[in-house]
Amino acid sequence: MPTIRPDSARPPVHLLLLVAFLGAGCASTPTAAPPAAPAEPANLAPPAKSSEPQMTKNAQASYSSSYKPLPSQPVLITNATLLTAAGDRIERGSVLLRDGKIAAVGASVQAPAGVTVVDGTGKWVTPGVIDAHSHLGVYPAPGVEGNDDGNEATSPNTAEVWAEHSVWPQDPQFPLSLAAGVTTMQILPGSANLFGGRSVTVKNVPARGVYGMKFPGAPYGLKMACGENPKRVYGSKGRAPSTRMGNVAGYRDAWIQAAKYRQSWDDYERKRKAGDKDAIPPNRDLKLETLAGVLAGDILVQNHCYRADEMLTMIEIAKEFGYKIAAFHHAVEAYKIADVLAANGICADMWADWWGFKMEAFDGIRENIPLVEKAGGCAVVHSDSANGIQRLNQEAAKAMAAGNRMGLHLREEDAIRWITINPAKSLGIGQQTGSLEPGKMADVVLWSGNPFSVYSRPEKVYIDGGLAYDRNDPSHQPEMDFELGIRDEQGTEVEP
Amino acid sequence: MKKLLAILLALAAFPQAVPAETLAITGATIHTMGPEGTLKNGTLVIEDGKIRAVGASVAVPAGSRRIDARGKVVTPGLFDSVSQIGLVEVDAVEGSSDTTVEDDRITAAFNVADALNPRSTIIPVNRIEGVTRAVVAPRAGRSLIAGQAAIIHLGGPGDYLVRSPVAMFAVLGERGAGLSGGSRGGAMLRLREAFQDALDYAANRKAFEQGDRREYALSRLDLEALIPVVKGQLPLVLTVDRASDIEAALRLAKELDLKLILRSAAEGWMVARQIAEAKVPVLVDPLGNLPESFESLGATLETPARLYKAGVTVAFLSGDAHNSRNIKQAAGNAVAYGMPWEAALAAMTSVPARIWGIADRYGTLEPGKDADVVIWDGDPLEVTTFADAVFIRGRAMPMRSRQTELRDRYKDLKTPLPPAYQKP
Repeated sequence: MPTIRPDSARPPVHLLLLVAFLGAGCASTPTAAPPAAPAEPANLAPPAKSSEPQMTKNAQASYSSSYKPLPSQPVLITNATLLTAAGDRIERGSVLLRDGKIAAVGASVQAPAGVTVVDGTGKWVTPGVIDAHSHLGVYPAPGVEGNDDGNEATSPNTAEVWAEHSVWPQDPQFPLSLAAGVTTMQILPGSANLFGGRSVTVKNVPARGVYGMKFPGAPYGLKMACGENPKRVYGSKGRAPSTRMGNVAGYRDAWIQAAKYRQSWDDYERKRKAGDKDAIPPNRDLKLETLAGVLAGDILVQNHCYRADEMLTMIEIAKEFGYKIAAFHHAVEAYKIADVLAANGICADMWADWWGFKMEAFDGIRENIPLVEKAGGCAVVHSDSANGIQRLNQEAAKAMAAGNRMGLHLREEDAIRWITINPAKSLGIGQQTGSLEPGKMADVVLWSGNPFSVYSRPEKVYIDGGLAYDRNDPSHQPEMDFELGIRDEQGTEVEP
Repeated sequence: MKKLLAILLALAAFPQAVPAETLAITGATIHTMGPEGTLKNGTLVIEDGKIRAVGASVAVPAGSRRIDARGKVVTPGLFDSVSQIGLVEVDAVEGSSDTTVEDDRITAAFNVADALNPRSTIIPVNRIEGVTRAVVAPRAGRSLIAGQAAIIHLGGPGDYLVRSPVAMFAVLGERGAGLSGGSRGGAMLRLREAFQDALDYAANRKAFEQGDRREYALSRLDLEALIPVVKGQLPLVLTVDRASDIEAALRLAKELDLKLILRSAAEGWMVARQIAEAKVPVLVDPLGNLPESFESLGATLETPARLYKAGVTVAFLSGDAHNSRNIKQAAGNAVAYGMPWEAALAAMTSVPARIWGIADRYGTLEPGKDADVVIWDGDPLEVTTFADAVFIRGRAMPMRSRQTELRDRYKDLKTPLPPAYQKP
C-alpha cells in the first residue's frame, strides 16, 4: 500500500490517528437572515454584494483570480446520451460549446459552419464533475513533510489562514483528477481546528500559481469542524477544546467577537459615508475579517460534521448568530436528520460508503446519500481524498444502486446532480456551472459510456470550452513539473 | 424474485440452525472459475456445505430447495488477500483494534488468530456484499516483521479459522527503513539477521536450550515462528513499492530460498519480468495510482493489467476492514484499465485460493469444494451490482448488518415514536 496521507480519512487510517482527519465545512448562503424553511435547498448563489464591507476590499484587490480559459474553438458533440443535471436525459442529443459557454443543448442542434464535430455515438455527456471537498495542492503528492500544508493545527481558531496560500499548483494529483472528469473543486484547510481558515474554489487547469486557477467570482468558504478532531488535537495539548461542549463554546465565543468586529466596521462605514472626516477605521484583524465575512453573507460556511446531533447543534449556533450553513461535510449521519437538513436548505456532502474509521463515523450506511435525496435535500458526493476524487462518478453509482435496492427509484438523472449541480450550489457557483444549460460555462465531460459504470472513463474534458484533457491525445494531457523525468525509461522492463 | 427473497429470508432467519438441506440454484450465469468455465443457464447444487454438482445440464435433485436465479450471476464468494476483518471495530478506538503489536520482541510470533473476533460488526457488513473469505493480516508496529496472518471465512463464529498461520507479514522500503535506523540497507540487514538466526536456532535448538549457543537478535518465540519461513514452508509477504526494493526482495528470497509474496508493488510493473520469472505472486490494490512517496512514483491504475500481461500471478487486496467489500469495485477498475475481466474475478477467487494454499477447498465452483457462493443481481465487478444471496460453506447468510438495521430505523423519519423504538 502506498503511504497513507496525513489528511485523508480513508479507512486504512491507523497511522492517521495522531493527525487530524480532514473535513470540510458547509457552504453558507449569502443571506444573514435566519434560515427559512424551503422545501428545496436554498439557492446558494453568491451573495449580491450589496454592502461589500470596506474591511475586505483590500484583500479583494490582491489575490484575485487571474484565470484565463484555455484556448478553444466551437465544438459540437453529437448523438450522445446527455445527462444535463437540469432535467431528464436526452438520448442522441447534442451539445454546442462556443466562446467558452454552452451555446445549445438538445435533441437536435444546428451545426454552425466551421464547428468541430465530436461524434458521441454510444457515449455519454455530463457537466464537469465538481468536488466540494478536496485537499489537492495543500496535501499534495508526494505526501512528504515538506509538502504538508493543509492543517494549521496551532490554534483552534485559525480563521485567518487561506488555503490558497498553501496550494501547490504542481501537485501531480490535479491531472489525475482531471482525467477523472473533475473540472472544479473546492480546496479546504484541514479539520484540526474549530475554524480552519478559508477555502478556495478552483478550476482544474494547470497554472503557475493558484491565482491562475481561482474560479472567477466564486465566494470563499470558511472551514469549520465539529466533533472529534478539534477536541482531540487541542485536548491532547492540554488546552481547550477537549470536549464537544468545549468546541461549541469556542465557536460561540468567536462569533461574538466577529459580530462586534463587524459592528465596529459598520459604525465606521456609516460615519464615513455621513462625511465624518475624523472617523478612524478599526484595526484590521484577519481572523475576524473572515468570520465577519460570513456574518455579512460573503463567505460560505463549509462545516465538517459527522454526527446528526452535532449538526443540529451547529444549526442552533447559526441561528444564534444569524448566519446560514450551506453544507455539512462528511455528514455520515445526515440520513438521521435528512428532513431537517432539507428544511434548512443545508447541503449534505457525503461519501458513498466510508465508515468506522473513527467513532463519529461508526453509523455510516450505504443509503445515506439516497435518503438525503429522498427527503428533498441537497445531496452531494464529495471525496476528501486524492484517490476518491478520481471516482466520484463511481461513488455516486454505488449510492444510486443502494437507494434503488431499498426501492427509491433513483435514475442517472438524479445521481448526476450529486456530483455536479448540487456541489456547484453548495459552493455558490450554481449559476455559472454544474449543469448543461445554455449560457453556463462549458465545463463538460464526454464519457466512453454510462458514467455510472465502473468501466466508463472520461474521453474528453472541457473547461470553459477549452479541451483540458483528451484520453487519446497526449498533447491534451497536462503533466506537472514534478512528473518530468521521475521515471528513467532504462529502468522499465515492460512497455507502459 | 419474491419467491427467491422469501426463501432466502426463511433461510436467513436461523443461519446457525439451517439443516443440511440440498439447494439448487438454477437458471443463472455461473462463473465457475474452474474447468467448467462460464455456464449460461447453469445449475449449481449445494449439499452438506459443499458443492455437489455444477453444470449446464445438471438435474435438480429430488427434494432439494430450488432457487430460481434466472437473470442473475453466480460466482464463488470473494476473497480479500489482505484485510483486517475481525481485528478492529473502529480504527481510532484503540481498545477495539488488535491489528498491531507495538513490541519489537515478539512480533514474528504474534498470530492474528489469537486476537480475532468472529462476531465483529464488520463481518456482516462485508459478507452481505459478497466477501466470504479473507486473509487477516497484522500491521507492522515497531518491528519489520509484523506477525502471522490467518485466513477466515465470514460465516460467523464456530470454525471460522480456515488456515492459520497462512503467511508471515513484514515490511521493507520506506517503512522498513524507518524501523531500522533510517536506511533500506539497515532493514535488509535486520531481516537477514532474523532469518539467519532462525536457521541457526533451528539447527541448534538443543544447544540453545542448554545455554550453549550465541545470543540471537530475536526472542525464542520469534525464532520458532520464523522456522517455517526460512524453511520455505510458510510464505513471507513483503510490502515493497519501489522497483529497486522489489529487486532486493527477489534477491533475498532467492538467496535464502524463501517462499516470497510481494504486497503493494506500486512499481512492480517496471520489473514485471523478473517477478514473473521468480514465480512470485503479487498482491495489489488496483486503485493505488498516486505518487504518494518517492517509492511509488511509478504507481498507475494499469498495474494489474501490466503485471498480468507479463505473466505475474496477481491477486487483489483491500488492506482494509470496513470496506473490504469494495474490492470488487477495485477489480472493476482493473478491468477498465486493461486487465481481462476473467482475470480480475480470478484475482479475488481462484488465484488467491492457489496463492494461499486452499485451492483444494475454495476458489472455484467445482464438486467437492466448500459452497462459498454468491448470487449477484448483475456483473459482480460493476459498481451498481449487489449480492442478492450469499452462501458460506453452504449456509445462506442473513442479508442483514448493523448498517441495514440503521437504514431501516431511519428510512421513515415520520414515525410517531422516536427512532429508538424502531427495532428490526
